[in-house]
Amino acid sequence: MSMTADYLELSDVRVEFDGFRAVDGVSLTVLQGDLRFLIGPNGAGKTTLVDAITGLARAAGSIRFGRTELLGRKAHRIARLGVGRTFQTASVFEDLSVLQNLDIAAGAERGPVTMLRARGRTPERIDETLETVGLTAHRDLKAGTLSHGQKQWLEIGMLLVRDARVLLLDEPVAGMSGEERTRTGELLRRVGADRTVVVVEHDMDFMRSFADSVTVLHAGSVLSEGSVAEVQSDPRVQEVYLGTAPTDAANDSDEAVA
Amino acid sequence: MTPIVRRHGATLAGFAAVAVALFAVAPSVLSTFRLSLLGQFVCFAMVAVGIGLAWGRGGMLTLGQGVYFGLGAYVMAMHMKLDDAGPGGVPDFMQLYGNGEVPLWWEPFRSPVITLVAVAAIPAAVAFVLGWAIFRRGVRGAYFAILSQALAAAFAILLIGQQATTGGTNGLNGFRSFFGYDLFDPVNKRMLFFIASGALLLMLLAAWQLYRSRYGELLVAVRDQEQRVRFLGYDPALVKTVAYVIAAVMAGIGGALFVPIAGIVSPDDVGVVPSIGFLIGVAIGGRATLFGPALGALIVAWAETSLSESFPSMWTYFQGVLFVVVVAFLPRGFASVSALWRRRPTPATEPAPQRQEATV
Repeated sequence: MSMTADYLELSDVRVEFDGFRAVDGVSLTVLQGDLRFLIGPNGAGKTTLVDAITGLARAAGSIRFGRTELLGRKAHRIARLGVGRTFQTASVFEDLSVLQNLDIAAGAERGPVTMLRARGRTPERIDETLETVGLTAHRDLKAGTLSHGQKQWLEIGMLLVRDARVLLLDEPVAGMSGEERTRTGELLRRVGADRTVVVVEHDMDFMRSFADSVTVLHAGSVLSEGSVAEVQSDPRVQEVYLGTAPTDAANDSDEAVA
Repeated sequence: MTPIVRRHGATLAGFAAVAVALFAVAPSVLSTFRLSLLGQFVCFAMVAVGIGLAWGRGGMLTLGQGVYFGLGAYVMAMHMKLDDAGPGGVPDFMQLYGNGEVPLWWEPFRSPVITLVAVAAIPAAVAFVLGWAIFRRGVRGAYFAILSQALAAAFAILLIGQQATTGGTNGLNGFRSFFGYDLFDPVNKRMLFFIASGALLLMLLAAWQLYRSRYGELLVAVRDQEQRVRFLGYDPALVKTVAYVIAAVMAGIGGALFVPIAGIVSPDDVGVVPSIGFLIGVAIGGRATLFGPALGALIVAWAETSLSESFPSMWTYFQGVLFVVVVAFLPRGFASVSALWRRRPTPATEPAPQRQEATV
């Protein structure tokens, strides 16, 4: 599957709601192993862009995963092509156990006979994933009883267990403690090495610690793109975050972006 | 003990209790008349098992199961009318209200085999077409409930309007035999009760297997987070349609067995009011539990009959109060009372105790 490196390529993507252009001609390419952060002020179109990639929002332009065009496919078909996402509010299946959550995530390709039978032994992939996201001790707990951070890890686990090749994570560390953020960042680093990962995030400290590259969205378009340092020194970025371009650069702008 | 007994002891005991109650206790303590009445309630309980699956597990508030109950019932009733009329004969009411000819679409139901297949297949086909169309468009919640109820209303009106071919308001009645067995013979009446009870037990077993299966887990996932399931690569519309079709088949079989036991089916048995009645039993019994819906349906129907006999005008009020009390204080139905009692913390309900020191 990953003989050649995967990549996600958006060209001139546009999303319109009742005449309002939420995403207005975004083009960007994310390569496998490049932990990409997508930042921007509220209303910049970050989540809408994720919605467009995953088939939730109707979009124009082109969104390709490798050679496969994603636009125009139904959400569950896009998911089956290996594109996975999480949501701002952790949306695990609260009434089901951690194990059941992962088992559902792992099984979109199961046939009717398997579906109509009870689960026998725990599939090996699920045990590995539990280990990876650190929830082995919690496998039989209802997901609703997990802490906020654990729910986010479970969500990421639900993408790993079905070996999603593209991970689109919408504010994965929102509401997490400092320690949980660090763990999440390290987890993303590890799983992102052989996957294509896009993280939508507001937390600038988190971004600085873990981003390989950053795309800044503003008013539905790409404002700036590059390494963390490049983006932070871009006057246009400073202007968007501060309202005006500061005259004396480094310290102020750093504060502004943070 | 074998592993299955150890793991599912309580459930197996429940099955045993239902079987003993229906096959041993009821026939020995009830008169033929009462047993036949209980047989009708057992048929309602089959509808309830299906509603438990569609609503309790799948979150589809279906206010129109009377339609599928009615489809099964009318298919069976048509066969029995034709059977009573003899080969090539014309059912009595058609000579009275119609032109004395059997309409073409009645003819297939002269065959007992076609009838038995159609009892399940027609509700299944209708539910599949409707369910697929509705769920694929993302219609759910109150909109789905209203749609399903409108369907029940429309179905009843359709039946009433076709006096010459469906018996109109009178429905179909006056049956003499069921697949050749005399319906006035008490032995055969008792046999019908056993057939219905057996069917109910089989449906409960089917529901149990579904709840234990991966499909059952997926159905709960769709109920709680439909969007999330979609992004895991499943089509939620398909998952929901399957449950809806199974519920319709259960209702259809319930309807088909109701006809020989009750001796009549009319639009009053399939419209809005009975459709909501089915639901109340399920809500009271506990919609997401295995036995709750069926027991709730049996208890509500039994209470209705006995209370109506002593206080003819009070039942509706009593039903309303009961429903309000259950919804307000026991949203999971009476089946949840025992869980409150035990209060034994099970691993799945205990809050996460310690932070894990793991590899994140």
